[in-house]
Amino acid sequence: MIEIKNLSKIYFASGHEVLALDDVSLTVKKGEIFGIIGLSGAGKSTLIRCINMLEKPTQGSIAVDGREITLLDQQELRLARQKIGMIFQQFNLLSSRTVFDNVMFPLEITRVQRPEATKRVQELLELVGLTDKAGMYPAQLSGGQKQRVGIARALANDPKLLLSDEATSALDPQTTRAILKLLKDINRQLNLTILLITHDMNVIKEVCDRVAVIDNSRIVEVGDVLEIFSNPQTPTSHSFVNAVISRDVPVELLHSSTEHGGDTASKLVRVSFIGASAGKPLISSMIRRYNVDVNIIYGNIDRIKDTPYGNLTLEVLGHPGLLQEALDYLRGQGLEIEVLRNA
Amino acid sequence: MLEVLGDNSWMAGAVLLATWETIYMVLISTVLSYLFGLPLGIILVTTADNHIMENRVLNRILGSIVNAARSIPFIIFLILVIPLTRFLIGTPIGTVASIVPLTLAAIPFVARIVETSLKEIDQGLIEAAISMGANARQIIGKVLLPEATPSLLLGVAITAINLVGYSAMAGIVGGGGLGTLAYYYGYQRYEDTVMWITVIVLIVLVQGMQMLGDNLANKIVNKRR
Ligand SMILES: Nc1ncnc2c1ncn2[C@@H]1O[C@H](COP(=O)(O)OP(=O)(O)OP(=O)(O)O)[C@@H](O)[C@H]1O
Ligand SMILES: [Mg+2]
Repeated sequence: MIEIKNLSKIYFASGHEVLALDDVSLTVKKGEIFGIIGLSGAGKSTLIRCINMLEKPTQGSIAVDGREITLLDQQELRLARQKIGMIFQQFNLLSSRTVFDNVMFPLEITRVQRPEATKRVQELLELVGLTDKAGMYPAQLSGGQKQRVGIARALANDPKLLLSDEATSALDPQTTRAILKLLKDINRQLNLTILLITHDMNVIKEVCDRVAVIDNSRIVEVGDVLEIFSNPQTPTSHSFVNAVISRDVPVELLHSSTEHGGDTASKLVRVSFIGASAGKPLISSMIRRYNVDVNIIYGNIDRIKDTPYGNLTLEVLGHPGLLQEALDYLRGQGLEIEVLRNA
Repeated sequence: MLEVLGDNSWMAGAVLLATWETIYMVLISTVLSYLFGLPLGIILVTTADNHIMENRVLNRILGSIVNAARSIPFIIFLILVIPLTRFLIGTPIGTVASIVPLTLAAIPFVARIVETSLKEIDQGLIEAAISMGANARQIIGKVLLPEATPSLLLGVAITAINLVGYSAMAGIVGGGGLGTLAYYYGYQRYEDTVMWITVIVLIVLVQGMQMLGDNLANKIVNKRR
C-alpha cells in the first residue's frame, strides 16, 4: 500500500539545516496496521506528513497504492489526498460546524450530492457511535468524542489508507483504548490500511501488526510486533519494550539466591512465551518430571494485539544434571529461556 | 431632547438630518471598503509564506501599498483624493462625495484587520483541509471565513467606528453629516448646545455600533461553545 524508498527530508530553519529523515525506506502492506514509534523529535510526524505531501520530501520516492505521490501535479495531488484519510493529535475539527457538518466537510470538498452525502454522514456517525451528538459543536465534546468525529471525517470519502499522527496522545488511557479498538474494528470491517505514529509502546502493543522504530531520523528496526516485543534488537527498541513490559530483573535479585544445600544447583532464568503455550501448565509439569523447585521472582502476562505474551523470572533449584534437562524440556515446548545467573 | 432646546427647536431637525447623513456615509463606505478590503485581506493572508497561496512577490507588493496608504493622515488623504472624487461624483462637496475618501481610506485598514482575524486561525485546521484535498477557494470559504466570523464581525464594528470619526473630519471640509453641523454651528457661530448635542449623538452612535458588533460576535461564539 505504501512503498517508501530512500526518503530524506531536510528542513531549513533560520539559516541552518535540520535533517529530519535520513534515507528512510519502508513498506506498508495492504490491510495491515503499521506503527511507527520513536522519541520526540525522531522524525515521526515528518515521515507521516510526507506520505500525503503535507511536507515535501527533499529526496526519495513514496508510492501510495502503486502511485508515485511525489510526482503528482496540484490537481492530481488533491484527488490523491481525497483517498488518504488523516487524523490528528489535536483533532483539528472546525469549531464553526456541528459534528454532522464536520463529517460533511470532506464530502463538500469532493462535491458529493447532498442526499447521498447526508446518508453517508449518518452511516459514519453510526460507525463511530456519535449519532446522538450530530447537532453538537466540537467544543461541547470530550476528547475521545472529538477524535471519533475526526475518524468519521477521515473515512468520509472511502479512503484506502488512514494516517494517524499521534491520534491518541491527547487522550487518557481508557479513552485511548476505546479509540484504538475503534481503529482496529475499522481496519477489519473496511479492510483499511492504517499507518500510525506514536511515542507510546502501548498503542503499538494494542493494535499494530508490524512496527518500525525510528531513532534520530533513521529507521533502526522493522518487524512484527511480537518479534520486537520478544526480542528487541536495538537499545531504542529495548527501552520502548521495557516501558510497557518490564523485562529487566532488579539487580539485587541477580546477586541474591535462596539457601540451598551442596548437592543442589540454582539458576535464575527468564522464560518467555508467546501465543498458545501461554495456556499450558508447562512449569508445573517441569517441576513434577524433573523434581525441581521453582521460586517465582517476577511474572507478567499480557496481550500483544490479540496474542497472549508473557514472561516469568524464575529461580529453579534442583540436582545439577536434572536442572539442565528441565530447562531443555521447556525449550522443547517452544518457550524461550534465558539464563540470567548460575549458582 | 426638544425641551432642552427650548426656542432653539430648529436644531432638532438639523441634528436629525446630520445624524442620518453620518449613518448613511458610514454605512455605505463600510460596505464598499469591505467589498475591496476583504478580498485584499484574504490575499494578504493566503499569499504569506507557508500559506495556501504562497506568493512572496505579490504579498510584499500588496503589503507595501497597504502600509503606504495607511501612513497618510486622513486629513491629507481627503485633499489628495479630491480630483478623483470630482471625477467620480462630479463634486468634492457633500455626503455622497465623502464616501469616496472614506472608502479609500478604509480599504487598507480593513485589509489589515481582516488579515489579523484570519491569521488567528489554527494552522492545524488548514492542514486538515489540505489533507482532505481541499483547494484554496474551499479553504477560504469553508475554513478561514467561517472560523473567523466572530473576529471579522468585531473588525467591522471597529471599522465603522473609525469611519464615524473620519466622517466628522470629512464634515469639516464640507462633507456633510455631524462634522459639518458641529463645525458650522459650534465652531463658527459659537452655538455650544449644537456642539454638545453632536458629541452626545456621536457617543451614542459609537456605543451602538460596538454593542451591535459585540452582540453578534458573542452570539456566534456562544452557539459554538
Ligand atoms: N517546519 C519545521 N522546520 C524546521 N524544523 C522542523 C520542522 N518540523 C520539524 N522539524 C525538526 O525536524 C525534526 C523531526 O521533527 P518531527 O516533528 O518529525 O518529530 P516527531 O518525531 O514527530 O516528534 P514529536 O514526538 O515531538 O512530535 C525535529 O528536530 C524538529 O525540530
Ligand atoms: Mg510529531
